[in-house]
Parts: sequence; structure tokens; C-alpha cells
Amino acid sequence: METLIQAAYLIAAALFILGLKQMSSPVTARRGILWAGAGMVLATLATFMAPQILDSDQVSTNIILILIAIALGGGYAWYSGKKVAMTDMPQMIAMYNGMGGGAAAAIAAVELLKASNEAAHDVTGTATVADMLGADVAILGILGAIIGTISFSGSIIAWAKLDGRLNRSKLLPMQHMINALLAVVTVGFAAAIYFTNSIDTIIVFYVLALVLGVFITVPVGGADMPVIISLFNALTGLAVGFEGYVLGNAAMIIAGIVVGSAGSLLTQLMAKAMNRSVANVFFAGVGTDAAAASGDGTEGVMKEIQAQDAGILMAFASQVVIIPGYGMAVAQAQHKIWELTQILTEKGVSVKFAIHPVAGRMPGHMNVLLAEAGVPYDMIYDMEDINADFKNTTVALVIGANDVVNPSAKTDSSSPLFGMPILDAIDSDNVIVIKRGRGTGFSGVENPLFFADNTKMLFGDGQKAASELIQAAKEL
Amino acid sequence: MIEGLAAIYIFMLAGFTGYEIISKVPVILHTPLMSGSNFVHGIVLVGAMVALGIAETPTEQVIGFIAVLLGAGNAVGGYVVTERMLEMFKPSENKNNGEGS
Repeated sequence: METLIQAAYLIAAALFILGLKQMSSPVTARRGILWAGAGMVLATLATFMAPQILDSDQVSTNIILILIAIALGGGYAWYSGKKVAMTDMPQMIAMYNGMGGGAAAAIAAVELLKASNEAAHDVTGTATVADMLGADVAILGILGAIIGTISFSGSIIAWAKLDGRLNRSKLLPMQHMINALLAVVTVGFAAAIYFTNSIDTIIVFYVLALVLGVFITVPVGGADMPVIISLFNALTGLAVGFEGYVLGNAAMIIAGIVVGSAGSLLTQLMAKAMNRSVANVFFAGVGTDAAAASGDGTEGVMKEIQAQDAGILMAFASQVVIIPGYGMAVAQAQHKIWELTQILTEKGVSVKFAIHPVAGRMPGHMNVLLAEAGVPYDMIYDMEDINADFKNTTVALVIGANDVVNPSAKTDSSSPLFGMPILDAIDSDNVIVIKRGRGTGFSGVENPLFFADNTKMLFGDGQKAASELIQAAKEL
Repeated sequence: MIEGLAAIYIFMLAGFTGYEIISKVPVILHTPLMSGSNFVHGIVLVGAMVALGIAETPTEQVIGFIAVLLGAGNAVGGYVVTERMLEMFKPSENKNNGEGS
């Protein structure tokens, strides 16, 4: 039986790797998730046969508890995952990821409590957790506990921030100092678990790690959220891998570490796309301190345009480049935008989509939404490919994007966005910005583009504005 | 049981594999891939099942129960979200355009 279970785990691990590999190409991506899903079902079913579970004194109670927990947790996740709007995907990923981290931390908690209990009843009277588990298992178990717990509470905060339930970017004065101090104390308690058999130490450790995850994530600026979610994703993978070692489970080790390393690389790619280091993301909250102070530098007035005129301008343009941002996602305007694109194309206008690497709340977020609306891949351009083309563009239509077209990222060294590569919309003959109001973007930084001579503002909800543009373009 | 050197090999090879998978991915797939890898670490569910399966005291059972609850949420939610996202990359749409940009 044991061999059969191990074989099932091995096949599952192979399916995960092959599935992920297929997900890295648009053509095979859908098959990839099916393979990985099959691996998960196989591994889960095999685990019900595990001798550790079947040999337990409380086998029937525990199996019933397992089934109830799977039904509740899985059922809730199924329901919420099916129901959530496409635009809210990023925060759902954050939440499911947090659950994974929490599960890894809870596994560690069971193991550590068991070990400390055994140690306390050991005949020597001085036995420690490490004596019971062995040094390697104890160290990796505790490491997994700390990483998983931080990923758990941090992801929940990331979810709350993205979902608009939490807007604070500061909890305490000198937050970064306190975080550093808290991190040191938490690591201290983690070490203390190793050398003692005290249950109180374990409890204090978990509380500290939970708070640490919250404190680390709260100051992170909105624009940096994708990087943080990706980082927590990698961390959860790592924690799962470590707990896999504790349990001697090869499938968990392989899957966890693969995700850990893939996620780390993805995090770096994302941070690089924003020209920020991962450390920078943690220690400088964009739009919190610096941005609040820099109210100057953006003088002039915004010039408003009516949808009618904007539609005419675009219908007679030779080239229109559409720059979507999170605002388009919120307004669910992607279908209308695609309709507008088709009308313009019929009139002989060359229409292109320009996607900033971090447009929306995640890399690729906009691509997914545009794909949903039916926009073909070959109309969608990455930043490097389109930037030189803005000079030949009659109209750049910015819909719900802000920071990714902010020219102060290039010109103003005091701007918190300085150094981030941007889409050079400002180089086109005309810029039309569809925007709900006059406020700043997610980072809270003023955007001089909105005050530029060639920029016209079209105020209103993205979907409504797009409909009006369609109307105006159709009438010609 | 996996111990010592064998474990180090597994850690190392798995690390390389993850790095290799992600290194040549078009931006368009970053979000689905993050979501997909989020699903894959849902394998924590099997560990959680073992943790609850070997629980002896009520405290251990409560924590184990939470572990399975969260692990199942990770696995199922990760799958549903990824599947919905990838549904948008229907083959019919890229038939005449070949690969993505």
C-alpha cells in the first residue's frame, strides 16, 4: 500500500510539473490546468489510504473530520471562485494563497505541539522539540511555520487592500523600525521553540508571526501589490515544501519547491518591470509619505472633451493606440472597447492595444480581460514594442490607466514613481483620457500627462464613455 | 521517508525545474501562471489530511481541521480561478494569429 501511495504522489508531482510547463504557452495552457487538477485529485485520493491515518487510534473520527473540512473549505472556495468577477481575480488569488500558507503553518503547529507534548512527558525531563523531531525536521518545520504564517496573514491583508476593505497604509509611527524589531523577536521565539518543550513559546511565536505578516503588508503601496502577492505565492510554496519534508511527503516537497522557485523568479520579473527591487517594495510605500508631500509640479488645467468630439477625432485618425488600466477592469469596459475597436478598424483606422507590464493589478491582467472580450493577440503590444510607435499615433486613448503613463516617472527625480518605465502616450498627437474623476491614481501621485497641452479629459465611467464613443464613431 | 542527501537532491532539482518553467513565459501568461502555481501548492491539502489523520488530542484535531479546511480552499479555489482565466485563451481565437505577442 505504501508503495502504491508513493507511486501516486510521484505521478501527481509529474503532472504538476508538466501542467505548469503547458501553462507557459497560450496554446496548451488550458490542458495544463486539467493535468495539474488530475494530479491533485490523485494525490488526495491516495492520501485517504495512508497508513499513518488508518493506523491512528481515532481513525473514524479523523476521517469524518477530514471529509467535513474538505467539503466546507472546498465548497466555499468553489462557490467564491465561480462567482467572483474576472476583475477581482487578483484578490482571490491572494486569498487562496493565504489559505495555503495557513494550512502549511497549521501542519507545522500540529507537529510542533505533538513534539513538545512528547518532550514534556519524556523521562529525562529535559528533552526538547528538537530531540523529538530531529534537528533537520525541527528546523525545516519551524521555518515552514514562520513563512507560512507570514504568508497567511500578509495575503489576507493584501486581499483586504485590493478588495477595498482596507485603505490604511500606516498602522504605527516608525512602522519599518517596529517591523524590523518584531522580525528579530519572532525569529528569537522560533529559535526558542527548538531548544525548549514549552507550548506557550509556540503560541507566542505564532501570534508574533501573524502580526508580522500584517505589519509587513500594510505599508506596501497599491502599485506594488502584484509583486507582494507573487512573493507570498512563492513563500507559501516554500513553506509547503518544508512541511513536506517534515511529513516525508515527496509530492509536497516537489510541488512546493517548484512553486517556490518559479514564484521567486516571477516576483523578480515583476519587480524589474516596475524598475524596483523586491526590498524596495517592502521598505518604501509608494504614495504614502513621499507622494503626499509632492503636491507641486503639476500646474495648469485639465481640458475637457465631449465624447462626440473624441469619437470624431478617433474616427478620422490614422492610428489609435488604446492603453487600458485597472479602471477599464472596474468599469467592465473591455467589451465596449473591443466594439469601438471594430468600428474604427472598419473605417480604416489602425488600432493597437498597448499593455504596460504592470497594468491592472497583476502582469497580464489586462491581456486576460482583453482576451475575454475577444481582442486578438496580434493587436496587443508590449511596452517595448509600442513605445517608439507613439510618435506616429494620432490618438492615444487612455482608459482607466494612470501611473503607467505618468511622465514624471521619467522627468521628475523626486517623484515616487521615478525610474519606472512608462508608456510614452504623451508622444502621440492627441491623448484622450477616460477617467472617472480628477483624483490621482492608485499610487496617489499626480499625473502631469493630464495637464499636458495635447491631452483632453473625457470624464465619466469607462463603460458609459466607451458607449458614447461608439455612438459618435458610428454616426459618421 | 526522504532523508539527508536525497532530500537535498529533491530540493535542488525541484528548484531548477521551477526556474526553468517560468524563464521563457510571455507576459500575457504571468497572471494565469501565478494562479496556476498558486493551485499547485494546494498540494498542502494532502499534508493537512495527514496532520489531521494523526491527531490524537482535541487541540490537534482542531488545528488539523483548520489545516484541511484551508488546504482544500487553496486547492479548489486555485483550480477554479485558474480554469476560468485560461478558458479565455480558447484555441479558436488564435487560430489565424499564431502565437501571442
